[in-house]
Amino acid sequence: MGARYEIRFSGSGGQGMILAGIIMAEAASIYEDKNAVQSQSYGPESRGGASKAEVIISNQPIDYPKSTSIDCMLAMTQEACTKYYKDVKAGGILLVDTDEVKTLPKGGFRLLSFPIIETARKELGKTIVANIISLGMITELTGIVSRESIEKSVLSRVPAAFLDLNKKALAIGFERAAALK
Amino acid sequence: MAERKKKLLQGNDACVEGALYAGCRFYAGYPITPSTEIAEGMSVRLPKLGGKFIQMEDEIASIAAAIGASLTGLKSLTATSGPGLSLKQECIGYACLTEVPLVIVNVMRGGPSTGYPTGPSQSDLMAAKWGAHGDHPAISLAPQSVQEILTETVRAFNLAERFRTPVMVLYDEIVGHMREPITLPLPGELEVIDRAKAACRPEEYFPYDDRYEVAPLAPFGAGYRFHVTGLNHKQDGFPTNDSNIIRANNERIMNKIENHKDEICLNEAIDLDDAEIAVVAIGSTARSARYAVKEARAAGIKAGLLRPITMWPFPDKAVKELGSRVKAIIVPELNLGQMVHEVERCSKKAQVTGIHRVDGEPITPAQILEAIRKHK
Repeated sequence: MGARYEIRFSGSGGQGMILAGIIMAEAASIYEDKNAVQSQSYGPESRGGASKAEVIISNQPIDYPKSTSIDCMLAMTQEACTKYYKDVKAGGILLVDTDEVKTLPKGGFRLLSFPIIETARKELGKTIVANIISLGMITELTGIVSRESIEKSVLSRVPAAFLDLNKKALAIGFERAAALK
Repeated sequence: MAERKKKLLQGNDACVEGALYAGCRFYAGYPITPSTEIAEGMSVRLPKLGGKFIQMEDEIASIAAAIGASLTGLKSLTATSGPGLSLKQECIGYACLTEVPLVIVNVMRGGPSTGYPTGPSQSDLMAAKWGAHGDHPAISLAPQSVQEILTETVRAFNLAERFRTPVMVLYDEIVGHMREPITLPLPGELEVIDRAKAACRPEEYFPYDDRYEVAPLAPFGAGYRFHVTGLNHKQDGFPTNDSNIIRANNERIMNKIENHKDEICLNEAIDLDDAEIAVVAIGSTARSARYAVKEARAAGIKAGLLRPITMWPFPDKAVKELGSRVKAIIVPELNLGQMVHEVERCSKKAQVTGIHRVDGEPITPAQILEAIRKHK
C-alpha cells in the first residue's frame, strides 16, 4: 500500500454511496489499524443528481481529504460515471453497473462491468443492498481491507433484522469479484 | 478505568461531543445545511443530560434564546451557516455589549445569500469579525480536523466563559462533513472553564462591576437583580449617557480581548524554521497546504505552513515575525480575498499573494504547489 489509497463511490443520491464510503472508512480505521478520511459531495437534492463519497486510506496521517488520483472508482449511474471517471489513475480500477452505464469511458484504467443492481434484485429481492454488493466487490478487487473487517463494519451499521441480508449481499460481492479478477 | 474509544465521527458530530464535554446544556437553533447535524445531535443528546433543545422559528430567535439561557447560567450553543449568520449578527453585537457568554458555530457554505448550500467555502471570515455593526470584540476559532473540532469547541466555551463574550467556531463544509477516526476525551482530560461566581451578596451585585476587567455574571433569576440592555450602560446595567462611562466600557470590551491575545491566539507551525516560502491557511485549505508543503520539501524547496487555529483575533505577531524573514507568503482561501489582506497588513517585507476559489470545489494541493514553485 502506497502513502494514499483512494476510493470513490459514485451514483445518484439515495443509492447509498455515502453510506458505502462510511462503511469502508470504518473498516480501515476502526476494524484495522489504518488511517482513513471519508468525505462527500452531493447536490442540493436528497434524491437524484450525481453524488459521490471518497475514502482516503493510508498508513500515515492524511492531509488532503479529497481525491488526487483515484485507485478504485465505482459508478452506479451513467451521469456519475461520465462526470467523475477522469480522476481514475492509469492502472486503477473502474467498476460500473452494467445496466446503468452503457457508454463506457476509455482510459488507462482497468474497466470492469457487472450487473450489480440487477443481481441485488434477482438474487436478494432488494435493490437497496446493491451498495453492499459493491462494497464486497471492491474489497475483493482491491484487497485494501480484509473480508473480515468489511463484514464487521457492514454489520455494525445495519439494523438487526437485516444482518443476514447484508451478509449475503457482501458474500455475493466477494464471490463475483473473485470471478472477475 | 474508563477506556478511550476510537470512533469514526463526522466533524459536526465532534462539535456536539465537544459542546457536551464543555458542559453545554442549552441549544436553540434553526437547522441549515451544512450545520444541520449539530442540531440533530444536540436534540438527541441534550434531553438525556437534563439539558434543553429548542428548534426556534428562525435564526434570530435561536440566538436570542441562547443568550437568554446563558444569562440564567447555562452554557449555550447555536449553530448555523452563512444565511443564518447574517440574521444572527444583530444579536451577536448585543451579546458583545451585554457581555453574555455564548458559542456560535458557523459551518461555511458558498455565498452570498443562500448561495451553494452543499459546497465548501471560507467566505465568512470577515463576517465573523465585522458582521455586527459598531466596534466590538471577536473571537473565532478555525479547526481543520474532526478531532480539532471537538477540542476547539471545548476551547470556545472556555473562552466565552473566561471573557464573557460570544465566541465563534468557524469551519468549512468539508471539515464539517468529513469523517475521521477520533478518540473521545475522558472526563478531566481537557480543561473546562466554568463561569466565575459572584463574590458578593445579591443586593451588592453589579453585572458590570467597574472594579473588574471581566465582572462575574450571576445567574439571572437566582436573587441577583440586574438589568440587561443593548444600550450603553452603567455598572448596574441601566442605560447611561455619561460620556466617560460610555468610552470606558467601549474600550474595555475591546481591550479585555486585545490585552489577552497571547492567551487566545493559537497557531500551528509546520516546517517554518528555515522556510523561504510560507503558506498561511486555515481549515480544509490548510490540509491542502500541508500536503503541498510536504511535496515541496521533497523537491528540495524550503516551504512551510503557518496555520492560525485562532482566526480572530488575527495572529498579527506570528505573521509579522514570519513576514520579516521569508521571501514570499501564499494565502490560499475559499473566497475572493479576505485573509490575504490581514496577512498583507502584517507583513511589510515578504511578497504576499492569494489563491482564491469560489466554485464550490476545494483548493487542491497541486494549485498551492504550483504557486510555491513560482516563488522558488
